[in-house]
Amino acid sequence: MTRGPEAALLARYEMVVGLEVHVQLKTATKAFCRCATSFGDAPNSNVCPVCLALPGSLPVLNATAVELAVRAAVALGCTVHGTSVFARKNYFYPDLPKGYQISQFDKPLATGGHVTIARADGSTVNVGVTRLHMEEDAGKSLHDRFHGVTAIDLNRAGIALIEIVSEPDMRSTQEAGAYLRAIKQILQYMDVSDVSMEEGSLRVDANVSARRRGATELGQKTEVKNMNSFTGVENALAVEFARQCAVLDAGGVVEQMTMLWDASAGEVRPARAKEGSHDYRYFPEPDLPPLVLDASWIESVRARLPELPQARRSRFEREYKLVAYDVDVLTASPALADYFEAVARATTDAKAAANWVMGEVLAALKSTGATIGSFAIRPDRLAELLRLVRHGTVSHTAAKQIFSAMVASPEAPDAIASRNGLLQVSDDAALGRWLNEVIAELPKEAERYAGGEKKLQGVLIGAVMKKSKGSADPKRLAQLLAARFGT
Amino acid sequence: MASQVSVKDVRHVAMLARLGVTDARAAEIARELNTILEHMDALGRVDTNGVSEYSAFDGAGQRLRPDEGPAIRMSGDADSFAPAAREGLLLVPRLATHEDVGE
Amino acid sequence: MSVSSHGRRTAAQIAAGVRAGTLTAKDVVSSALARAVEVDAVDKLNVFLALAGQQATQQAVRVDASDGARGAPLAGVPFAAKDNISVAGLQVTCGSRILEGYVSPYSATVIERLREAGAVLVGKTNLDEFAMGSSTENSAFGPTRNPLSPDLVPGGSSGGSAAAVAAGVVPIALGSETGGSVRQPAAFCGIVGVKPTYGRVSRYGLVAFASSLDQIGVFGACVADASTAFGVIAGRDDRDATTADVAVDDYLATEGSLKGVVIGRPREYFPAELDAGVARHCERALDRLRSLGAEVRDVSLPHTAHAIPVYYIVAPAEASSNLARFDGVRYGLRIEGDGLRGMYEATRSGGFGPEVTRRIMLGTYVLSAGYYDAYYRKAMQVRTLIAGDFRNVFASGVHALFTPTTPTPAFPFGSRSDPYEMYLSDIFTCTANLAGVPALSLPIGRVGKLPVGGQIIAPHFAERRMFQVAGALERALGAEAHR
Repeated sequence: MTRGPEAALLARYEMVVGLEVHVQLKTATKAFCRCATSFGDAPNSNVCPVCLALPGSLPVLNATAVELAVRAAVALGCTVHGTSVFARKNYFYPDLPKGYQISQFDKPLATGGHVTIARADGSTVNVGVTRLHMEEDAGKSLHDRFHGVTAIDLNRAGIALIEIVSEPDMRSTQEAGAYLRAIKQILQYMDVSDVSMEEGSLRVDANVSARRRGATELGQKTEVKNMNSFTGVENALAVEFARQCAVLDAGGVVEQMTMLWDASAGEVRPARAKEGSHDYRYFPEPDLPPLVLDASWIESVRARLPELPQARRSRFEREYKLVAYDVDVLTASPALADYFEAVARATTDAKAAANWVMGEVLAALKSTGATIGSFAIRPDRLAELLRLVRHGTVSHTAAKQIFSAMVASPEAPDAIASRNGLLQVSDDAALGRWLNEVIAELPKEAERYAGGEKKLQGVLIGAVMKKSKGSADPKRLAQLLAARFGT
Repeated sequence: MASQVSVKDVRHVAMLARLGVTDARAAEIARELNTILEHMDALGRVDTNGVSEYSAFDGAGQRLRPDEGPAIRMSGDADSFAPAAREGLLLVPRLATHEDVGE
Repeated sequence: MSVSSHGRRTAAQIAAGVRAGTLTAKDVVSSALARAVEVDAVDKLNVFLALAGQQATQQAVRVDASDGARGAPLAGVPFAAKDNISVAGLQVTCGSRILEGYVSPYSATVIERLREAGAVLVGKTNLDEFAMGSSTENSAFGPTRNPLSPDLVPGGSSGGSAAAVAAGVVPIALGSETGGSVRQPAAFCGIVGVKPTYGRVSRYGLVAFASSLDQIGVFGACVADASTAFGVIAGRDDRDATTADVAVDDYLATEGSLKGVVIGRPREYFPAELDAGVARHCERALDRLRSLGAEVRDVSLPHTAHAIPVYYIVAPAEASSNLARFDGVRYGLRIEGDGLRGMYEATRSGGFGPEVTRRIMLGTYVLSAGYYDAYYRKAMQVRTLIAGDFRNVFASGVHALFTPTTPTPAFPFGSRSDPYEMYLSDIFTCTANLAGVPALSLPIGRVGKLPVGGQIIAPHFAERRMFQVAGALERALGAEAHR
């Protein structure tokens, strides 16, 4: 959604945004060595001569990292090149052990893809993907762990990354956010990364420039870094764009700079990088021959691609006859979509499955903080519960109670139902007994209902439901009640 | 191809390479580099039209490895040979946060 | 049995003795260690930077105790390794202050392979700092002296390993080659030195100087010892992606006759100003090759004159990147300065010597923005032409080339003070590194006391041919090689 101030500026200036996304690939070992990639281990415990850059060490590339990178490239519609070349990007930083990063420069793995996003007004736009290349991650620098020193943890150094560079095709913060969400969803569906900005497996650098409406040449762009969330990216872009517009309004010139986002202050600040220091002196990595990929193998990756989000959405609409809104909710993550689909297939009632997943399941996840992957009620169990409801074995109300019980303990729904007396009672004798009790307890309401106030049916039936702990069959009750009073 | 390496160039290169260099030494290095580079000028006259850059590799492509351990064993932890370490972390003089951001 | 140049036991003799039970590894190694102490303490040659005393004795005992080890091809054979090759538990100074205090926590593949073959490491030898030099005068730990003539350099950068073999401490030693750093010292010290085809031997554990040129090479007192050691260390290594998937030949089983073998004599390596003594011995060697049945053919490698400029652009460029890891953060020397950048600069300027500094500067310059195309890219294109020269000659029916190894014999300390003049010592050797072809130097005569080396260059992965020609020539020359 375009904010007020942003909208005012956008009337006079066009915002041009390009995004560079770094994604950690979910491989078991690092890109160039066999160290584990697990998160949260003791500092500098997942290191070896290679990722520590000990003298004499050499890189050897991880085959799965290549496969995941190719899978991501294909999913983004890129052309995967049969030959690509690794290059050294040379610079000094304490969390960059070799003093260079192994990356790709003028012969990247893939080029020329796109991501389709929806604008605020519902129209769609294709954001171009200029390139996707492979590289390795650096370690972590902790500036405030100990006083007066920076502490370095190299567990992350050498983890396989892909860098995805977009064309400068986005024109608002909303489009930038939509692009990021779309990329995240695609990569999740492709199972190549955890893509979590919070955990650091997805990082974003933004490039933004401003130009007067109608101008054809691009304005000077600045780079914005240090955002920790998608909203952070949107906010940072808005702030930096506003800054640039103010400079232009004052007749000034936007300087090429790197800006750092300060989320707590809601400000951008120039990074203190010296001019002329960005000379990476790229040259082809002599320790690695070119990466040669067989065309038929690339095709096989394409053929084995997991279902893309758009395809899943279309299929859900078609197969399960769901409306767009429901489909969007259910396909938000591949895990949720898988869960819903498992329930739907087991119950053959997709609508009920959709309602329960969007309703009770998502609510339970929210309140317990669980993920759908670790949710206590597995799809087959939920399907059993829905079957009980469909056959009238338990009422809808009772089913909700059973659901709560199932969240707490892994029992079958019918066992819970019978133990707690939640099995729907449709037996006329029992229903009749309860009705009698309620009529005796609520004589005025009964009299008024008998006198023709049909809406009191709800009160009377509700009282029986309460008395029966939800197990009374409300439809049969209604019939009996009507018969009793000849209404 | 000939270029005159100036003292300013030497200081810039020294900065890129993180080699501290005194003014006197910088002038000396500029002279040495110029002498050496003069000998390289002849390369500029070699016809390399259509010649690709040398590759040591025969075109078979890179040999990949499976995504599994165990990691290379070292006889000693990372902090056992680090000049400065604490609680398993390596220590360096403190950067003002984001100073020299990734160059 | 092959003849060693100094009359001491060859590796083959040692291994045979240990196998037969007439020698024990412990005694052999013990003598080697004693001789190692002697060359430095008494002869003051400054060969060793560290002795592996305890490790060596333990390993020798292990060899003696195991049937399997005793039958191995190099059982009980003591060897030395240049101090830029990693050995777990030992220093690897690279002849530099910047690795002060660093003890390697892992061993190079070549070390593991030699040990599996029963060989025992006796010590780490001196070298030009980070292998940058042609005389071992650039070591932070003082120069090494030529055992044959102590006022003269042993060559470089693997001068210590060459001296260790020439002085009779060990029959085989490991060095490293980037522009001739095994062959040139072999020539200066009167022994055999071998550079493999690029990718023939694993670089895992070799401290990188110029990654597209570096190879670990072997010194031996005779061709047979060098080829045995070579056969042990050669072969694909999954820890080095640049090693080739090519089977390792049997380098010992070679025919004595050279009938049908065509030896090329490239005219660019026999310039008019070639030292007269070197020229004379080369012609004598060529005559010997003819007498063995070989045809000697005049050939041309037309881009030879560009080799030194190409080498001195490409090697420093790669080195400037490879040496960036020496920053005082994770290991080795750290000198504090003003903040982080001050620490980097103080450490690197305090830890690197002048030649290394010069080459890092040069390498950084030729890779830097605005100069990459004119220097690095151009040099890599000319390199393709140099490699093309060899390919063309070998495709024309020539099986191997014969050249002098160096333009002159060993020179006095301090006599090559101009860096470019020093670089010219590599003029006949660096072409093989640039093209990736294998090459070997063997002694072919003396000028006064000073050895002269002859070089055999073969096509990629044709080391078998190279050893065949070298072995045949060695036999044909006999004792004349040392006169």
